[in-house]
Amino acid sequence: MINSVILIVMVIAALWTVLTRSLLKAAIGLALTSAIITIIMFRLNSPLAAVFELSVCTGLITAVFVSTISLTKPLTHRETIAVSKNRLRRYWYLPVIVVLSGILLSASNIQMDFTLPPKAAELDVRNVLWHMRQLDLFGQIVIILAGVFGVVTLFREKKNR
Amino acid sequence: MNNGTWQSFLNFNIFIVMLFIIGLYCILVTRNLMRVLIGLEILTKAVTLLLIVVGYATGHIALAQALVITLIIIEVIVIAITAGVVLSVFRHTDSLDTRNLRDLKG
Repeated sequence: MINSVILIVMVIAALWTVLTRSLLKAAIGLALTSAIITIIMFRLNSPLAAVFELSVCTGLITAVFVSTISLTKPLTHRETIAVSKNRLRRYWYLPVIVVLSGILLSASNIQMDFTLPPKAAELDVRNVLWHMRQLDLFGQIVIILAGVFGVVTLFREKKNR
Repeated sequence: MNNGTWQSFLNFNIFIVMLFIIGLYCILVTRNLMRVLIGLEILTKAVTLLLIVVGYATGHIALAQALVITLIIIEVIVIAITAGVVLSVFRHTDSLDTRNLRDLKG
């Protein structure tokens, strides 16, 4: 019951993120969605992933979004009015589609006939991460380095000639 | 998996599909580059939640957490780089409208 309430709030937060006019409010809505997903992760016995989600997705990514929004120019009043009219026309389908898909999926009563793997002996996540998924860690280091070099290249200052 | 767990798993999946639809619709309909990033982020959140739910249902929660941590790191790097690209586009075209990117040269 509590899970269902949390999941409904999550979908409402995601809808608000997409439907809101202001980009800043959209970024805050995204952070709210992340925070709700964190609660779900805690409830599903995934504390380490939840902490990562909370600190990185709710914190860092929101900071990146807000910085990017503040570095770009806001629309003029006339542009805002024009965009608002168009937005209403393009976005009113979304809540209808989401609610309809939810109703259809819950009414369909899906019965998939597949065998799930046997329940594994509960391992510590640190053990899995450091001993079983070493290639993932290597990949993470490579991706972080690629990201750092990418950002440095994108924001490189031009030399004064 | 007993009947109760299976039903709970299906309930989670319905909401995950709804989250996925919201992200996909946002990417398809919007003309603002920042909103494309927000849609991408919502899609990633749906996948993150799906990994955790499947890990919980199958008893491989430690493995699912390890995969989610990797996913979150990739997500951050993708967002940081694409935010940089969005800023570069804004410097060139003075707008975040995707319709201004149709005239690519080269």
